[in-house]
Amino acid sequence: MTTATVAVPKAAPKRETHSSQVKMSTRGVKVFYGDSQALYGIDLDIIENEVIAFIGPSGCGKSTFLRCLNRMNDTITGCRVEGDVTLDGNDIYAPSLDVVLLRAQVGIVFQKPNPFPKSIYENIAYGPRLHGLAKRRAELDEVVESSLQRAGLWGEVKDRLDQPGTSLSGGQQQRLCIARTIAVSPEVILMDEPCSALDPIATAKIEQLIDELSASYTIAMVTHNMQQAARVAHKTAFFHMGDMVEVGDTDKIFTNPRDQRTHDYITGRFG
Amino acid sequence: MTTLTIEAREVRRRERLETIEKSLDRRHAKERRFRRMGLAAVTTGMVLVVILFSSILMRGLPAFWQATFYLDIHFDPEVVQVEARPVQEAGERAADFRDRDLAWQSQVGLVNWQQLIDDALEAELGEEIEARQTRDLRALVTSGERRALRDRFIDDPSLLGETKRLKLLASANVDVWIKGNIDRDLPDAQQQLSAQTREWADALHERGVIRNAFSTALFLNPDSRSSLASAGLAGAFMGSLFMMLIVIVLSVPIGVASAVYLEEFAPKNRLTDLIEININNLAAVPSIVFGLLGAAIFIGYLRLPLSAPLVGGLVLTLMTLPTIIIATRASLRSIPPSIRQAALGIGASRIQTVFHHVLPLALPGILTGSILGVAQALGETAPLLLIGMNAFVSNVPGSPLDQATALPVQIYLWQGNELRNFFEARTSAAIIVLLALMLSLNALAIWLRKKFETRW
Repeated sequence: MTTATVAVPKAAPKRETHSSQVKMSTRGVKVFYGDSQALYGIDLDIIENEVIAFIGPSGCGKSTFLRCLNRMNDTITGCRVEGDVTLDGNDIYAPSLDVVLLRAQVGIVFQKPNPFPKSIYENIAYGPRLHGLAKRRAELDEVVESSLQRAGLWGEVKDRLDQPGTSLSGGQQQRLCIARTIAVSPEVILMDEPCSALDPIATAKIEQLIDELSASYTIAMVTHNMQQAARVAHKTAFFHMGDMVEVGDTDKIFTNPRDQRTHDYITGRFG
Repeated sequence: MTTLTIEAREVRRRERLETIEKSLDRRHAKERRFRRMGLAAVTTGMVLVVILFSSILMRGLPAFWQATFYLDIHFDPEVVQVEARPVQEAGERAADFRDRDLAWQSQVGLVNWQQLIDDALEAELGEEIEARQTRDLRALVTSGERRALRDRFIDDPSLLGETKRLKLLASANVDVWIKGNIDRDLPDAQQQLSAQTREWADALHERGVIRNAFSTALFLNPDSRSSLASAGLAGAFMGSLFMMLIVIVLSVPIGVASAVYLEEFAPKNRLTDLIEININNLAAVPSIVFGLLGAAIFIGYLRLPLSAPLVGGLVLTLMTLPTIIIATRASLRSIPPSIRQAALGIGASRIQTVFHHVLPLALPGILTGSILGVAQALGETAPLLLIGMNAFVSNVPGSPLDQATALPVQIYLWQGNELRNFFEARTSAAIIVLLALMLSLNALAIWLRKKFETRW
């Protein structure tokens, strides 16, 4: 590791074993909201079992880009996406592709915890039941338990699974949402500023969780918190004014950025 | 230098505080004024509601009790000269038997049932009634009661030869006289009843033959013009009930489905904007216009029967639809988008998102809107006048295609009746029944909302 030139001391541990296989890939992605353009042609490869963080000032288009990856932009009226986005080499904007299948493969966790106003159990069980992934009640119980365990929530909620998910604290709710996402066993998990509504202790728990999940999932996350990117991400992409300025290994971005704008941002000159 | 600055600062501080204090008085006065005005408005409203309700109750409640004769009716075989009711014989065709039975019934109809009532009254009064007094005597009991005696006999022919204590409604004028709803000191020429009838009525009232008894006629009988005292709400009630069923069955599913489509699925473009504006405008269209539309389309073009609850229900459905669509859309819009995104994000299709999450959460609002819409339709009069539902109908409708009237229309009809002394109370009683129905519908709406409300 080279000497840190910025106030971010510690980068995510480098894993040598990952397959280096491209999981998702985008070429020339442009997004328009009505007449205004939000993204100006993004080329990016997301490697399997890696955590990639998107950083950049507010309004730079990083959340918009994240939402392109599982077509959540479809739900916004007036939003138009151009360019290619592929998952395992298949175009996800192809007319023949079923968006429901895509979202079962590419799950998403939102900025604000949004559990369903139903019981904790039902929150987790909804996805598997929807996709017919658990046939019997016992299987469903198992999926619920393992999902909650992987999200580090099982110990806290195992005695009150029938209580509403909304009765949990903010940090617990966000872990519930993560558990809900992994209950469907997606291949990629998108996270849109998952910790911005949480206190530092809850944030630490989520970060640890992301680290553990990266063993089995490919994770793309948007964050405003550069220390967080440095702590959990293997790769970091810096977005600025609708462009992706640079992408690379996290320690490289934070210690030796190629672009002046990246340098200015991570040293706190703007943003 | 420093002391000066401190003093100058102190002066500035005081000045600032004084300015704020001065404005404070003004601000507080403004607030007090606003509160007093609000309180006055609420009080005025409450007082008016109390006056309205108490005046309706004070006028209407006495109508639930009617002057009623308790008479020993002797089914005298000399008056009731009919054979035994036919029984179906072995091998006889059902149609033949029915013909014989109907012949027997019309024979029963020819009996002078009034004679039985006259005899019973004569016995009660204990005096010989001369022929010239018959008219006065027959003004006591309302004319519908002789048909009631006939029906009673058809149901139970074994009454022949028996004496039975029966409750017979006094005529409307006797009811007015007994209740004191007419000035007793008016000269004979201005009285509705003859002096003889009034004297008898008072005598019988004193002896407890005429009592103020709870009136089931008001609820069980249809409207009547020949026997005013037995005019009831049953026909109008059934008419309203049929219309409500049609309105609920048609407008709730169509309205909710349209709202869900417009809100959750329809693309946002000029066409849907136009539809939305039109729906909002339709909600503000005067209800009588819907009546004209119904008369033109359902009766003029589709040739559906006049005065039928089916047509009334269709017209009221058209009137209620915009209300339900608007309420449902507002309710759907109030569901946070994060719930939709959460469901979509784990791979629910749009229709699953709507049916599993959005609709259940919006249900309380939808139910409230629908029930209030239906309650509004229940109280609607104007459009019904244009499709002939203000006709006088003396039957209780058995199906939505029979002629009928509706509760608010019945109120309107009774309100216009010439026998003011009697029908003023009757009208208020009908209003009480309608209000009770409305209040129970509203209570149902509140109960359903509480039941389905999800705590966040």
